[in-house]
Amino acid sequence: MTGTQVTPAQATETEETAEVDRPWITVVHNDPVNLMSYVTWVFQKLFGYTREKAEKLMLDVHHKGRAVVSSGARERMEHDASRLHAHGLWATIEKS
Amino acid sequence: MTYPGLFRRDGEFCVTTLGNPEVAILRRVFTETANLVTAPPVGDPITERLFPVVYPDDREEAAEFRRLTEEDLRTEKSHQIGVVLSCLPDRSGGVRLDGEQAEAWLRALTDARLALGIKVDIADDTDLSDEIDDAAMRDPTGVRAMQLSVYGYLTYMQESLVEALESTPLV
Repeated sequence: MTGTQVTPAQATETEETAEVDRPWITVVHNDPVNLMSYVTWVFQKLFGYTREKAEKLMLDVHHKGRAVVSSGARERMEHDASRLHAHGLWATIEKS
Repeated sequence: MTYPGLFRRDGEFCVTTLGNPEVAILRRVFTETANLVTAPPVGDPITERLFPVVYPDDREEAAEFRRLTEEDLRTEKSHQIGVVLSCLPDRSGGVRLDGEQAEAWLRALTDARLALGIKVDIADDTDLSDEIDDAAMRDPTGVRAMQLSVYGYLTYMQESLVEALESTPLV
């Protein structure tokens, strides 16, 4: 993952905005119904992840009970969560 | 040999053949699911699963999100069920899905399985064939035996449809 380097001067200037834009995360939770193959397919389709990455996330959901599938601005997470709900996955949003 | 409801890839399409009993079962299951997503019963565990609370720790924000999005989600869910129902043959016959239809089927099959899964109490450690045997022993024509079998059948269909959709089309 890459991020923009912020110098201290800029950081002070954008402190307020940074607080508002504090990254949020979309979490997918395990459920006993959804198929592993289907969940992998959904992650690839919705987020453009490679099969490897999608499979790893699916296995995290399966074994650990949850996985962070995307992060960023809140509006973006709400969009992601809606798409996941349309696909029948159990998704929630949290502050990172 | 072809199995009713087992999808396979045919060029750009995902195809299967359904007999009369399968068509009748699918029509009934998806009509029931359509009713659930069109008018979701408040406080029902199936509603809570099909329309999850997005901010579990913030009821106000969660309610606001629901207010803004639920209608679209209901519309989308009922649309994808409509796609399934429109692709079913009248009595028996072939089903031929393009990519978009196959995706709608996958999403609709998921909602139908989620609803049924809650009704029959599917858990992570559920052994479906044991449950079906057990239910059939108690009451072979009972609702539980029927619902478990339908759940198993939809799972089988969905698994084969994911596989068919992801397989490279034969030219």
